[in-house]
Amino acid sequence: MNFDELYQELILDHSRRPRNYGELEEAVHVHGDNPSCGDEIFLHVRFAPGEGGNVEEIRFTGHGCAISQASASMMTLKLKGKSKAEAEHLLHLFHDRVAGEGEAPEPGPRELGDLNVLSGVRKFPQRVKCAMLAWRAFEQALGESEGDGTGRVSTEEEENS
Amino acid sequence: MNHTATFWDNIRADFPILRQEVHGEPLIYFDNAATSQKPRAVIDALSDYYLHDNSNVHRGMHELSARATAKFEAVRGRLAKFINAASEEEIVFTRGTTESINLVAQTWGPQNLTAGDVILLTEMEHHSNLVPWQILAEKTGARLRFIPLTDSHELDLDRLGELLTPEVKLFSFVHISNSLGTINPVVELCRAAREVGAVTLVDAAQSGGHCPLDVQAIGCDFLALSGHKMCAPTGIGALYGRREVLSKMPPWHGGGEMIVSVQYEKSTWKPAPHRFEAGTPNIADTIAFGAALDYLDGIGREAIMEHDQRLAQYAHERLAAIPGLRVLGPPLGSPNRSGVVSFAMQNAHAHDVVTLADRRGLALRGGHHCTQPLMRKLGLASSARASFYFYNTEAEIDRMAEILAEIERFFR
Repeated sequence: MNFDELYQELILDHSRRPRNYGELEEAVHVHGDNPSCGDEIFLHVRFAPGEGGNVEEIRFTGHGCAISQASASMMTLKLKGKSKAEAEHLLHLFHDRVAGEGEAPEPGPRELGDLNVLSGVRKFPQRVKCAMLAWRAFEQALGESEGDGTGRVSTEEEENS
Repeated sequence: MNHTATFWDNIRADFPILRQEVHGEPLIYFDNAATSQKPRAVIDALSDYYLHDNSNVHRGMHELSARATAKFEAVRGRLAKFINAASEEEIVFTRGTTESINLVAQTWGPQNLTAGDVILLTEMEHHSNLVPWQILAEKTGARLRFIPLTDSHELDLDRLGELLTPEVKLFSFVHISNSLGTINPVVELCRAAREVGAVTLVDAAQSGGHCPLDVQAIGCDFLALSGHKMCAPTGIGALYGRREVLSKMPPWHGGGEMIVSVQYEKSTWKPAPHRFEAGTPNIADTIAFGAALDYLDGIGREAIMEHDQRLAQYAHERLAAIPGLRVLGPPLGSPNRSGVVSFAMQNAHAHDVVTLADRRGLALRGGHHCTQPLMRKLGLASSARASFYFYNTEAEIDRMAEILAEIERFFR
């Protein structure tokens, strides 16, 4: 198997030049990390006011493996402008894509777009949590914007399910 | 004992597990600091026991029980000899280093420490020689203190005088660091501890199977070992405790085997070491541990140590030639380097390195190596680690260098 089965050019590109990298004032801030592996993310999400408010702006900083950083970068591109309901739907789609059993069906869900390339993670159960870190942080941000949430996230327990 | 190159190549024949392919490439097992492979002789000892001798030990009065007991207790004496303990009564069988340290922290600890006492550790300790003391400190009000590292990733011995004061009641430190590969000066450290009246515990998880250990020469009060890192099965290890200290410790786990006489209201305890071995022991793995000790002595631990260091030196040289790769631990050529070689690559996170190395059949480990505070202090999210044992070869290191160079180019 070649290196590019998991580390496709797209993933490498996003990990080297992460999009929406930076901070945001006036936003929900979530700190996520996997202490056991060293991936860390600081996610900032600004939701438009009102119920079902769209993701107005989303940025992240952090450090970690190529998978975790690429997933975060691609996630921010995908979620910007989406409604909360759409974002939650994408979260579930993405989780199925990376954590499902067996070979990922091709093509993957159209809504995921570029994120489909992370399906390679299925063959590397230890890396599912790397791909999921940013998304769990976003889930936390969603929860906080609705008034519940604990402020800190980890995907240590995440496994192929 | 000097061995020829053929000897080292032939040793591999004792380890059938090494003859396999991983993802279509020959397995290169460089994760020995996590656990060692087991020679045929140890695997045979384990299955022979269950095939011929299995019975519960100590109290049976029939033939199988007598045989099992004799074989089991013989390992106690064998291990005592292996580390030059004064008596086999100074050997307590445990599940491994972590359990050994917890045993001391939970018996010697509360009996001897009060608020204000200091437990001296180092900044390079494995979680298993850190967390039990954190728990103990919280229970007793004792404080933790740490010897810092120098830039060459060794202990800053210049600070010893200032840190190892009479308030220090326990000084516990690692012999060979599993994440830096540093070899610490055990004899000197234990001598300094004796001068202030501190009890010492040496974490010998990485050294037990890799170099000669003589607890008389080292002069420690406690020493903790893991069988599975020295060719024995998982689930067996030992705590060495000097008689004067061990004999005064209160029981740990209560139950069968560690008692003399039992009434409904109270019981009396056996003397050490049996006082600390409640319930049916891990008989089979202990007997296999004995076979491992014999196997290691058949090669000679001096020879093993030289082989490790030769491989580590060679690996360090090959890795230093890869752009953007930094090897942790003491510098190339230092005598204080062991067969544990950790490194960080500038453009590739350790997890990505280890995942891709695996695709080429190379087993490394990546992460914080159970030394989170150390990694944080060194400013590293994680590092990758290659750790050798006597069945590894220079040819395998050449292949590792090729693979890592390929990975470096891929992420450039």
